[in-house]
Order: sequence, then C-alpha cells, then structure tokens
Amino acid sequence: MNFMPWLLLAGLCAAAVASFAYLGLDLSGLTSGEGQRRMLEFVAAFFPPETSPAFLARVFKGSLQTLAISAVGTLLAAVFGVLAALPAGGRLGRMARGPARVGLNLLRSIPELVWAVLMVLAAGVGPFAGTLALAVHTTGVLGRLFAETLENSPPGPTAALRDSGGSAVASFLYGTLPVALPQFSSYTLYRWENNIRMATVLGFVGAGGLGQMLYVSLSLFKQSEAASVLIAMLVIVALVDLLSAWLRERLAG
Amino acid sequence: MSTPPAERRDPAALPRLFIGLLAIGLLWPGLRLTEFSPATLFDPRSSEVTVRFLRSFFPLETSREFLRLVGKSTLETLAMATAGSALAVLIGFPLALIVTRRLSISAIGPTRGHRLAAGGRMPARGVLLLLRSVPEIVWALLLVRALGLGPAAAVLAIAINYGGMLGKVYHEIFESVDGLPTRAILEAGSGRLSAFFYGTFPLALPEFVSYSIYRWECAVRASAVMGFVGAGGLGQQLELSMRMLSGGEVSTILLVFFLLVLVADGLSAAMRRMLV
Repeated sequence: MNFMPWLLLAGLCAAAVASFAYLGLDLSGLTSGEGQRRMLEFVAAFFPPETSPAFLARVFKGSLQTLAISAVGTLLAAVFGVLAALPAGGRLGRMARGPARVGLNLLRSIPELVWAVLMVLAAGVGPFAGTLALAVHTTGVLGRLFAETLENSPPGPTAALRDSGGSAVASFLYGTLPVALPQFSSYTLYRWENNIRMATVLGFVGAGGLGQMLYVSLSLFKQSEAASVLIAMLVIVALVDLLSAWLRERLAG
Repeated sequence: MSTPPAERRDPAALPRLFIGLLAIGLLWPGLRLTEFSPATLFDPRSSEVTVRFLRSFFPLETSREFLRLVGKSTLETLAMATAGSALAVLIGFPLALIVTRRLSISAIGPTRGHRLAAGGRMPARGVLLLLRSVPEIVWALLLVRALGLGPAAAVLAIAINYGGMLGKVYHEIFESVDGLPTRAILEAGSGRLSAFFYGTFPLALPEFVSYSIYRWECAVRASAVMGFVGAGGLGQQLELSMRMLSGGEVSTILLVFFLLVLVADGLSAAMRRMLV
C-alpha cells in the first residue's frame, strides 16, 4: 500500500491547524445568538431584490458591458498574443526568445485585479480600464500558449514555401498560421470563458461592468439593488459554465 | 519562368476580407460599451501622474519596518489560503458524497428511502452550483460587510467558493475510478459510507489529494488579492501603497507576490509529483 497520500494528507491537516492558530479567527459571530441575529438582518436586507424597470435596464446594460469588456479584452490579447508569440516562439531568432518569454511571464504573473488598479490610475475609472487590464494579463497567458503552439507546429509547410521563394511573412501566413489557427482559437475561447468570470469582478476596483454596480450599491447600503446585480452575475457565470461544459462534451463526443 | 501576377493572388482573399469586416462590425458595439479610447492613456494630465508613479517603482522599498510588515502580510495570506482550503474540503467532501450516484443503494435494487435520496441529490447539486458560481472575491466583498474587515471574510469566502468547486470535482473523481469494488461491497449489504471508504476512497485518494493541493495553490493566488475588498493579506498592503502612490512599496509587494506564487507553484508541483 502506498503511504505517500496519507502522509501528505496528515501534513496538510497540520498546516491547516497552524493556519487557524496563526490567524486567531474569531468566528463566534457566526455561532453566538447576537452574531446570528446580525447575520440574518444583513441577509434579510437583500430581499426582495430591486425589480424596477429602470434599474433592471441598468443591470442589463451592465451585463452587456461586462460581456463587452471580456470580449474586447480577450480579442486584444489574442492579437498581441500572436505578435508576442513570434519572438517568444523563436520565430525571430534565438536572441529574442528569452526576453520575450520573461516579458510574457511578467504580464501573466500579475493578477488581473492588480492590473485593473494600475489601469484605473492610468485610464481613469470605467470599463476601458477593465478592458486594458484583461488585455494585458491575457496577453501574457495567450502569448505563452501561442508560442508553445508555434514551437510544436510542423516546420515542413513553411520550409517548403520558403524554399520555393516565398517571403518570410507569406510563408508564415500560408505555411504556419493555418496549422496553428485551430489551436490558437481554442485557447482564445478558453481564456474568454475565464475572462467573462473575471470581468464581473474587476469593477470592485473601479473598472466598470457589473462589479462596479455591485460595489456602488453595497457602499450606498442599497442591498436590494445589490441583490439584483448579484443575481445577474450568478446567471452569467452559471450560463457560461453550463454552456462551456455542454460545448466541450459535444466537441469531445 | 515567371508566374503571371493573377495566379499569385490568394483566392480566399475576398471572403477573408468580408469576414474581417463583419467581425469589426460586430465588435463595434463592444468598443462603444467599453468606452474604448486609447487616447486617454496619452492625455498629458493623466499620463504625467502615471509616468511619475511608474518611475517611483525603482528603487524598491527595503526599509526594515516595511519588510517586516510585508512579511507579516505574506504569512497572513498563506494562512488565509490554507485555512480557507481546509474549510472548503470540509464543505465539498460531504456534498460530493451526497451527489455521487455510485453510492446510491437504490441503483442496485429497490429500497425504501430511494425517492428521498434521489430528491436529496438535486438540491445538493444546486447548492454546489450556487457556491461555485459566485466568485470568491464577491463572497469576500459581502462577508467583509457582515464580519468586518480582516482575514475572516477571506477565509470564509475561499471556503464557500472552493467548497463548491471541490465538491464538483471530488464527485467527478469518485465517479471516474473503478466502480466494481464499491458495488461489490454495497451488494454484500453494507452501508454507503463503508462502501465509500473501503471501495472508492482508496482508489481515488491520489487524485483527491492532488486536486486539493492544486486548489490550495489557486487559493494562495486568490487570497493575495482579497485585500482589495478589505479582507486582509498582501492585497490590503498593496492597495494601501497604491492609494498613496508610493511606487517603491508597490514594486516590493509585487515582487514578494511573484515569489509567493512561484513558491506555491513549486511546492504544489513537488507534492503532486510525490503522489505519482
């Protein structure tokens, strides 16, 4: 019998106990009578959700904006990702490969929300900041994936075009791109799915969309409005989840 | 022999142009909705602030006091992630047990409570979907208002959201291992729990532990930004330094964040390699 999983499990339990001890969490608010009463009051304030047509129209616009942020951000990232993948995938010589990879790693390792804070500073509060934040982070992710695709794509067609006198650009466009394109688009779609989820929360730091509406409503103690926004978020995320699971099943089967 | 220019043209050029124009046409409302205007980036007033801020990123802030503060927040972030993940396992595991169809006794024959059991599975699925459909940082934003500023909100937020995700994936893992042992134990007349612990769990254990560790790694990344909504950890420090536009502090924190993610990544990869 293999003891390794059990050993790891024990270690993880110890780490968890240590963490609780370090944080010294006071969760008595959840169990004491007074705390529970306050929690119930807090939750009760969210009902019923705001359903005035004017507000619902704003929620609808916010949802569209969230989708637009994710779509435009992902698309920009795909374009810049391809551009960055050329050096990172070793297409522009060995010298350019290292620095390009480091750059992409840097973009990727700073989370979207941190980018969003920076972009709000640079571009002002609003959906444009969120779009840029998603675009920058996703460029790092897609650039790396695209570079790997380029490195793994067969060199034959491009070499043949080059040998028969095609220019470097034309050989890339007609020799490499058609082979790599399906992989590119499937990576882009996968990231888009991720970014829709992300775009709903970027607004917490002022980057537009449903997140910003939620943040503002909560700050103004308008819990019933917040409830409507939350429901819209839930529907978007759940729909994306179900749709992608269904699509994946169809494509796999 | 030279090719006549007509044959060099790409026969698919026209359709491609059409598709391109169509895409731009579809994209146009999106650009409007996102208030897309690259010009604002180069507007002298805002760009001056941005450039000054970016310039102040170097040198890094390395005063002893600040480093101690960052060290404390880093530990807090790690503890938040670990505690949250542990609670998430406690939430996800039982839900996964309820949802797993393989453990259903009615599947092997008629039983008394089977309608009740089948009825219990649907709500449990609903709960899992609800838990994982609200992103962890939204939970944190809400919980900060209920529990006050600090790591407690982050721990619970991770526990809730990751509980939903773990529940779903545990269920998939339990359904994917060889089902014959479990079925044999059930058919021999044992209860579901013993069937699970002697039939399914030993087979699922490596993948179970591996996925839990992977989720912990994600939790580290998530808890680092929880501070943006007031839930403690490195994010709170980062938000503070950004508000004050002290670039040196921001770059130090970003560097620490980068190292933290790297370490969590390496640790999780090493542990998971031990399992194979």
